[in-house]
Amino acid sequence: MIEKALKGKPAYWMWLAILGVFITIGAVCYLRQFFYGLGMTGMGRDLSWGLYISQFTFLVGVAAGGLMLVLPYYVHNYKAFGRITILGEFLAISAILMCLMFIMADIGQPLRGLNMMLYPTPNSMLFWDMVVLLGYLSLNIICGWVILTHERKQVKPPKWVYFFVYLSLPFAVSIHTVTAMLYMGLPGRHFWLTAITAPRFLASAFAAGPALIVLACLLMKRVANFDAGKEAINKVTTIIMYAAIINAFFVALEFFVGYYSQIPGHIHSLQYLFFGLEHHGEFYNNLVPFLWAFVLFCAAGLGLLAYGKIKDKLSDGLVGAACALIFLGLYLDKGLGFVLGGLVVTPLHEIVEYYPTANEIGITLGIWATGFFVLTLLYKIAIGVEHEVEG
Amino acid sequence: MDKQRRKFLKIAGATALAGVSAPAVVKLTSTPSLAASDHGAAAGHGDSHGEEQPTGIRYGMVIDMRKLYGKPELMDKAIEACHSVHNVPHFEDKKNEVKWIWKMPFENVFPDHSVYYSAKIKEENEYFALCNHCDHPPCVRVCPTKATFKMEATGIVAMDYHRCIGCRFCMMGCPYGARSFNWFDAKPNIKKYNPDFSARTRGVVEKCNFCAERLPLGKEPACVEALKDTGAIVFGDLNDPHSELRKILDKEPTIQRKPTLGTKPSIFYIV
Amino acid sequence: MYNKKLIIPGLIIFVVLVTSPIWYNGLQAGPMPKPELPPGGEQNCVRSAAYMRDNHMVLLNEWRDDVLRNGNRVSITVDGKEYRKGLQLACMKCHSNKEKFCDSCHEYTSVKPYCWDCHLSPADIASKETL
Repeated sequence: MIEKALKGKPAYWMWLAILGVFITIGAVCYLRQFFYGLGMTGMGRDLSWGLYISQFTFLVGVAAGGLMLVLPYYVHNYKAFGRITILGEFLAISAILMCLMFIMADIGQPLRGLNMMLYPTPNSMLFWDMVVLLGYLSLNIICGWVILTHERKQVKPPKWVYFFVYLSLPFAVSIHTVTAMLYMGLPGRHFWLTAITAPRFLASAFAAGPALIVLACLLMKRVANFDAGKEAINKVTTIIMYAAIINAFFVALEFFVGYYSQIPGHIHSLQYLFFGLEHHGEFYNNLVPFLWAFVLFCAAGLGLLAYGKIKDKLSDGLVGAACALIFLGLYLDKGLGFVLGGLVVTPLHEIVEYYPTANEIGITLGIWATGFFVLTLLYKIAIGVEHEVEG
Repeated sequence: MDKQRRKFLKIAGATALAGVSAPAVVKLTSTPSLAASDHGAAAGHGDSHGEEQPTGIRYGMVIDMRKLYGKPELMDKAIEACHSVHNVPHFEDKKNEVKWIWKMPFENVFPDHSVYYSAKIKEENEYFALCNHCDHPPCVRVCPTKATFKMEATGIVAMDYHRCIGCRFCMMGCPYGARSFNWFDAKPNIKKYNPDFSARTRGVVEKCNFCAERLPLGKEPACVEALKDTGAIVFGDLNDPHSELRKILDKEPTIQRKPTLGTKPSIFYIV
Repeated sequence: MYNKKLIIPGLIIFVVLVTSPIWYNGLQAGPMPKPELPPGGEQNCVRSAAYMRDNHMVLLNEWRDDVLRNGNRVSITVDGKEYRKGLQLACMKCHSNKEKFCDSCHEYTSVKPYCWDCHLSPADIASKETL
């Protein structure tokens, strides 16, 4: 099947070449960091997690988001998703690859990474995160590949693969729950120390992941002659709407807890993220525009989808714009705000703001490009098979 | 032919996967590590009622700030003693700092304590901050490789720099900001070497070790020794009712950093 | 076997590439290194020379775990002289030249232990003021 990725129109190769340029930049930046140390990043003693971990957190969500396509198809036998479940599985593969790369970029002694397996430590959530991420990656590779090969031969997939398909459903939930648990169980980090972190992560994941798939579908409809079907897109957008609204509800609850209880620790991060925080005469508000963009983008995206559905005018352009807005909005919320907002007040009650360095951004772009590179190849294969079967 | 090759590749792949994960499974089942996290029991004796009878040595410290008010140079002396004995590198930029013990205003060291109408002396002086060597250390709970661990014989929360992968999860877990990461190479930034102690490599986390290397030689921690004339820091066994430390704790009212988090610090302050 | 024309030359190229370091060095492994004996004239190590030659890394790891993790910082006595367990505290007291002792063999066998990323070699210590 791999040969399907080796034939394509010039635009396909151009796209891969552009990604290749970013991958090269990322690789060079990473080598610099590898030989010089994490001092090349904007992280420091008081703010010791940054862009890498926040991207990791967001992308675990993108990977888990595939569940919203797999579950209706396999559990509820919702046939309209037949053409796109494979896209969910393949998105999960590339998103988890990005997650693993971000972790490797973030650790100070990458060559000792295997210590996680040589000295397994069940009381560490990071250990369990590794277990579920590697598990979910393998499950998606197995399910995606087996089902696609059988589709190509136009025979039913073997029974045993369904065991792995059903196993992948709780795994999808677990990857994001355990990722939330990395944050939820830390004493003294008030912004993260809330049980709603896990459900909030899942809600935003179930909006962001499918939104990216819808965008990919719309793009492939134009350039690769692949139609996911109107019913499928319609249903996915409904799922996205519910998930995004639930996420907004959870954020609102955070505001209630903070501002009604008036406990400073619960207010500080929200205050910093949305309004700016004053401390000893200085005003800190770097992330305020990003967080209001999150609110605005999500509201606009939801508004567009609602308008389209009520008036029955769901054009591709409208759906595309809405999904792009929602994806970007949720990225700003979880991919920037959640991690950096939780860190802004240090355990020693100082305010430390974070400025990623050019090298750090280079690595980040490189890893995103690598993920999209893998995603492009996988989607090319998936579409190639569908074309072959149909044509 | 084709089918056999596929079968071979599948079996080879499965074997490789099993081989990679085998050590983890073997270690998990052969060591009592699953049971080793005593934190499950912590909830039971989190409050002061029905506390378990402590056994063994648990090192602790009481810092009598009354003896240090108005004498920041004494505090600097202790900090300098610690940092030079442990080859702690010096970085100008606050972002890259590595420190084991340092001084900071009251509101930073004790952010949970009220600063309304507080005594002038509290505002004018700085306070020592260092690793609390907690009884229930969150940093140990979160470390994915047991690179940081509690030494059961002494209660010291120790670091194994050989094993640390530099994920900095312990820095997230520590509610006291006691840990530093080596963002850069340390050796070029150490002014004087202590030949009896190592430096650290780039990419690992470090912190106060309660002078675990000096105690077996019969020496007190470096900071205690540096302030010996003043008696501002008293080091000893919290579990020994006859230790000088316990006698002070029995007599003087003390405070601790963020006691509500249930970490049970081993450092006490008289303010 | 199909694609014989591609596979066999491919295999040959692969084998030649993999063995190229051997060809490049003319089938010679180079002169054997002679690590320097302790300049102080000490005759005995903590174990026999043969054991140390084969297993010093195992012993160092045992010491490391013993000292750091188990808190067994016991000292060892060799020929009436007492040493504290540890690379810097025991080994380097006699083998006082890392470059001529450790490095000579490690370079020859292309082993890159990370000991000296943290630990201070005698040369490190000599390069700066000490406490």
